[in-house]
Amino acid sequence: MSLIDLANPSRFLAFADRVLPWLIGATALLFALGIYQASLAPDDYQQGATVKIMFIHVPSAWLAMFGWTVMSVSALGTLVWRHPLADVAAKAAAPIGAAFTLLCLVSGSLWGRPMWGTYWVWDARLTSVFVLFLMYLGVIALWRTIEEPTRAGRVAAILTLVGAINIPIIKYSVDFWNTLHQPASVMRLDGPTIHSSILIPLVTMAVAFTLLFVTLHLAAMRNEILRRRIRTMQLMQAQAAPGH
Amino acid sequence: MDLGPHAAFIVLSYAAALIILAALIGWIAFDHRALRRTLSALEKQGVTRRSDGASR
Repeated sequence: MSLIDLANPSRFLAFADRVLPWLIGATALLFALGIYQASLAPDDYQQGATVKIMFIHVPSAWLAMFGWTVMSVSALGTLVWRHPLADVAAKAAAPIGAAFTLLCLVSGSLWGRPMWGTYWVWDARLTSVFVLFLMYLGVIALWRTIEEPTRAGRVAAILTLVGAINIPIIKYSVDFWNTLHQPASVMRLDGPTIHSSILIPLVTMAVAFTLLFVTLHLAAMRNEILRRRIRTMQLMQAQAAPGH
Repeated sequence: MDLGPHAAFIVLSYAAALIILAALIGWIAFDHRALRRTLSALEKQGVTRRSDGASR
């Protein structure tokens, strides 16, 4: 099956039904491996055992930004290529991205208290991630406000592309401004600064989180296609009703 | 496993991950079940989409 075939919703549903069990299995296995590796990881020489919070905080932060990136590419698909599943993909990604952003904020706050002495500070990194969370909520609210899915998709796509400016701001906020948050220690031009005993469980957890995102996104897209199918059928039923 | 003096923060972080991700997974799974139920109820009533009719 080629990628273009998946533009047909019925073919996409069949594809999702076939692939999802494998994705669920692979995600569960990787999470088991990642948590096992994380439990064996040594304490950090400065942060002690709190470094274990990194294994959920960093992947959730990456996926918070990844979610908006997926929505931005889908928004281009809606506005430029008019791909039939583009707005389905964008709508399905929003609550998943919001959940990972919330987890990033909560775990970061719980890591900040013992390390920085505060749960929260309005510095550039924390504030820009909080803005991302609000943007997710805004897009979700927008989708719920406009009833007609195609029109909602176009309006949400414009808002998503405007909001995409926040992604590089989040990424480079620790370089542009003087923040309490530490600078990048994995995605660096000169390579990661983390010891392999901590880097390996972090990478495993990041792959597990990413697979979870992909699995949930596929499942949520399947739900959205079914929701639109139901809407069409209900409209047809209403039109066929006597006295219409 | 000794989590040191900040064990409560570590345990709370993992608990938050469990709660948020379980809620997300549960919501998507329940949504799917509800949608399938509604779809089969409509099909039982004989409601079909135009594309269904065309393919027959």
